[in-house]
Amino acid sequence: MPDAVSSQQLAIDFAYLVTGVCFILGLRYLSNPKTARLGNTISMAGMAIALIATGFNLDFTAAWWILLVGAGVGAAVGIYSARAVKMTAMPQMVALFNGAGGGAAAMVATAEYLGALDDPSRLTWDFTLATVLSSVIGAISFTGSIVAFLKLQELMTGRPITYPGQQVVNALIALAIVVGAGLVIANYDALPAYFVALGAAALLGVLFVLPIGGADMPVIISLLNSFTGLAAAMTGFVLGNNVLIISGALVGASGTLLTTLMGKAMNRSITNVLFGAFGSVQSSTAGEGGTGGSGTVREATVDDVATMLAYAKQVVVVPGYGMAVAQAQHSVRELADQLEKHGVTVKYAIHPVAGRMPGHMNVLLAEANVPYPALYDMEDINPEFPRTDVALIIGANDVTNPAARNVPSSPIYGMPILDVDKSHNVVVLKRSMKPGFAGIDNPLYELPNTMMLFGDAKSSIDKLVGAVKAL
Amino acid sequence: MNAHLLSELTVFVLAVFVGFEVISKVPTTLHTPLMSATNAIHGIVLVGALLVAIVAEPKLGPVLSVIVVFLASLNVFGGYVVTQRMLAMFKPRATPAPGDGSKR
Repeated sequence: MPDAVSSQQLAIDFAYLVTGVCFILGLRYLSNPKTARLGNTISMAGMAIALIATGFNLDFTAAWWILLVGAGVGAAVGIYSARAVKMTAMPQMVALFNGAGGGAAAMVATAEYLGALDDPSRLTWDFTLATVLSSVIGAISFTGSIVAFLKLQELMTGRPITYPGQQVVNALIALAIVVGAGLVIANYDALPAYFVALGAAALLGVLFVLPIGGADMPVIISLLNSFTGLAAAMTGFVLGNNVLIISGALVGASGTLLTTLMGKAMNRSITNVLFGAFGSVQSSTAGEGGTGGSGTVREATVDDVATMLAYAKQVVVVPGYGMAVAQAQHSVRELADQLEKHGVTVKYAIHPVAGRMPGHMNVLLAEANVPYPALYDMEDINPEFPRTDVALIIGANDVTNPAARNVPSSPIYGMPILDVDKSHNVVVLKRSMKPGFAGIDNPLYELPNTMMLFGDAKSSIDKLVGAVKAL
Repeated sequence: MNAHLLSELTVFVLAVFVGFEVISKVPTTLHTPLMSATNAIHGIVLVGALLVAIVAEPKLGPVLSVIVVFLASLNVFGGYVVTQRMLAMFKPRATPAPGDGSKR
């Protein structure tokens, strides 16, 4: 609307534009590991500019202590936990920060809505639509992220939680959201309807993450990230604030893109992940999955494996969530160092959905100081397996399961996998052969060229390091 | 629909396209930092939180106002620090990390 805008407001809006540019450049620089840090610094500068500009619109006289307590504690907790968290716990940390953003977006929208109720001329359809979208999406993201955090932190079971009539319950809750939102937009008995929609959304956030198994977490984490982005963008519409709209749209696009990528990597649609009850079958890429089956497995000793590795030309390491759980990444790096002294080429094969968030394995190996050019994507490493002497599988399961290629009845049939079975020898590091809850047989374990090394991944690798050193 | 809404919608749609374009160039090895970076960016909702909380009469009342600022700040500061920490680890060649016990 062509309001008379003060020159101060113009300056603030210009600062917001600069912030938007900073965010875009920051993401642009993330396209290369060499410039990525610079990108993050630019993004931080953009954030600082927006916050300082916003300061000119605030009334500190009465509410300064809210800023001091809220931002002070928020910054302290945020910085402390971000520094203290172990790299293996990164997915849940990101989930938690994500939920905080979603919750804040819902609360901002609620505050604006309460304000507008005092001034009904503001209750246009576009304002109420944006408001209710912001609070509903924000609330789903808030509670959904908290459940994802609890699952990843293992404060509750990581298994899919299912019950009869689950879809019906979810559908009814979704209906309550739609009806509540509709009444808010129609401005009919709006405040109770608003809280019905908000409460139902918070409940739906919990319920839709409950049936998601650990292996599907990369999809859910990306999806929740995209939700918070959209909620922030909607908050931008509510407040008429472009910087929120731009930033939210960027994040929403990014989350959506990653969600699609993860879905593709599992050969499943997002609806299948959310409603397929599939998680109850494929619940873990970690070491627990798989059953003994009827075939025979060959158990190897540490010395056998050490000798085989040391005299190989090329070894490909295939890490999975089990490596993260055992915190074995540093030991893996040490083993690779030892092997390289023996003239062995060591490469790492990274499946897109290995771990609990997109790129999870890459960041763990980076922590262990593995140079990133040694990390290969699935398409690049698959042609290498026939030339590979040993594929060393550390806590990965489904992403190496050849059933995905040739057993049409398998729940993971059609999922692109790492063709480890084509290498000359396969060594699988696994806690035990006992059937876990995943329930998908991995025929890989029964192949003649496969050997199993049982035990905790970290202690197994430490023993291998010792044995290779002794050679 | 008024002109104001249309211009906001324009900004939104264009930003979505820019987002897709920019993000699709990020290599898989940086996907975790990317998630974390975008996670920090949506902390921009702190601007909104400040606008509703730091006013003479906050609509949410004092307690909820503190909470909304707290949540958004947690998002911003936690998000950026985690991202910075992750990105510091990505190196093209092996060099000993400070405090890393391993020799060579």
